[in-house]
Amino acid sequence: MNVIEATNLTKRYNGVAVVNGISFSVAQGEIFGLLGPNGAGKTTTILMLLGLSEISDGQARVLGHDPVREPLAVKRRVGYLPDQVGFYDKLTAAENLRYTARLMGLERGEREQKIRSALGHVGLADVTEERVATFSRGMRQRLGLAEILIKQAEIAILDEPTSGLDPQATLELLNIIRDLKDHGVSVLLSSHLLDRVQSVCDRVALFARGNIALIGTVPELGRQVLGGGFRVEVEAEGPGLAERLAAVPGVQQVEPAGRGRWRLTSDHDVRPEAAAAVVGVGGRLLRLSVEEPSLEAIYTGYFKTHEGERHAA
Amino acid sequence: MRREGSALHGFGVVTLKEIADHFSSILVVVLVVLVTATAIVVVSLGLAPIKETTAEDPFLFLLLFTRSSPLTLPLLLSAFLVPLLAIGLGFDAVSGEHNRRTLSRILSQPIYRDALLFGKFAAGLFTLTVTFIVLWLLVIGLGLWGLGIPPNAEEMARALILLLITIVYGAFWFALALLFSIVFRSAAAAVLVSLGVWLFVTFLWPSFAPYIANAVSGSGDILGLLETQQAFARLSPVVLYNEIVAIVLDPSVRSTQQSMLAGLGLALIERGSIPGAPIPLLQSVLIVWPQIVGLVAGSILLFVIAYIVFQRQEVRA
Repeated sequence: MNVIEATNLTKRYNGVAVVNGISFSVAQGEIFGLLGPNGAGKTTTILMLLGLSEISDGQARVLGHDPVREPLAVKRRVGYLPDQVGFYDKLTAAENLRYTARLMGLERGEREQKIRSALGHVGLADVTEERVATFSRGMRQRLGLAEILIKQAEIAILDEPTSGLDPQATLELLNIIRDLKDHGVSVLLSSHLLDRVQSVCDRVALFARGNIALIGTVPELGRQVLGGGFRVEVEAEGPGLAERLAAVPGVQQVEPAGRGRWRLTSDHDVRPEAAAAVVGVGGRLLRLSVEEPSLEAIYTGYFKTHEGERHAA
Repeated sequence: MRREGSALHGFGVVTLKEIADHFSSILVVVLVVLVTATAIVVVSLGLAPIKETTAEDPFLFLLLFTRSSPLTLPLLLSAFLVPLLAIGLGFDAVSGEHNRRTLSRILSQPIYRDALLFGKFAAGLFTLTVTFIVLWLLVIGLGLWGLGIPPNAEEMARALILLLITIVYGAFWFALALLFSIVFRSAAAAVLVSLGVWLFVTFLWPSFAPYIANAVSGSGDILGLLETQQAFARLSPVVLYNEIVAIVLDPSVRSTQQSMLAGLGLALIERGSIPGAPIPLLQSVLIVWPQIVGLVAGSILLFVIAYIVFQRQEVRA
């Protein structure tokens, strides 16, 4: 079942299409990434899904509701963490959440209990009564996630959740996002930091200039863009290894990568076969690793080809 | 296209939060204290001359508002205190949410934008009303204590109308500040433009209006020219407020021309009337009814413009 369904979604400002007829869907319980450079139309897409920005053309369905006609129904069930989320600095963490919890229409008793458990969940239990003015970026992001927990949202839409965070804070945040998924929440997140989000996303859509250039799982995209999806590195000693490795089924290319090291390009993970090949000729296997296709490589790979086409045209 | 749910869902929550913000804001507290203190000083200064000169005036209590020197309380309110307080309350109402990056987070809660804007307006109006009521009670108390006589029912009614009109006048300035806080993303720009408009309609427009009237009016009739001048001057809310107050607080004034001419040191003698004889409260109110309606309409118009601009505005920074 799909919780978000966008069909031919378009947003124009003064006749210029910022989002240009994109279509995608997010399945129940998956983490879907909207990736692409700043200004590619990710935030605009998110705002349209939430009913915070008007849709110029096309259609969006969020949990079966039309965000234009039934914005409250959508906003009741969807949690949103904006890019660089802000809070009222003069209020404490709990007071900030209390305000939004009241806007959600929660009753007093329920409210307090949920605020306490949400703050505990995101690791802010001991700063509950501190003013948000003293909070770091990472703490503010986590406070924003606490708000989504209080709402018991079925979909969490996170805009650039990790931008501006140090590695430790990023790690903590990604763990909370995985946790959301484990609780059955579908997550739509946007980011321009490809590597960071690669680890959490089930599927991604690569944005470029208001269009979705590619959509699918990371390995799928890797095969699509980079040809062979897998790169296996072998470090071994033994006679005639290069030929033996090239003969392994599925291997497309063997490149030497220094003394006693080879890099194999293949259409699937050939580690077991490569190991067998090395052992088969009586060689000593020192290291065997697989390099999954990185989003970064896919992205630059894709744009290298397509920029070329654009210039040629 | 019908929207589902109430447009006002969340209105009360926003209003209460904004009121709490106002009363815990140092800026607002300073402004309220400043406004109250200035008003008290002005009224106190006026007490002594009233006691000495006009013990036989049937509306002695109202002189508290009209006869103090060098400035009367209504003049001070219209030109200085009310606009200052209202602009102080409203200048960053919406731009502040943008700049703190709280707007999209709040609007992603299950409320319409209407609730946020109405809530902010209601909270501003509430704060203004509370301040003016406190101010009004202090002045009345000061009058009781200083003059030693209680006001009669009609004087109280007239003073009450002054309070209501002042609240409407405050709403006008607050709606203006709110509008600029929506139009401008920078609070500094909103303040500067609000203050610019304030200075313009308070000090410059009343002196420009006669020149424009002279240029427009072809007739050589002095009274006709004066009326044209007055019509132009009335485009300023300050002029409207002062006209209303002049009529409502002084039962002996029977027309706005009369108060205008009196300001120029002239007297208008109407046929069949006894100069200086007081007229009933209802008559006074009827004379300035157009001005009252104009002031209310101006406030509503500004708020409607603010509402439309806010509804059409993009949420993202």
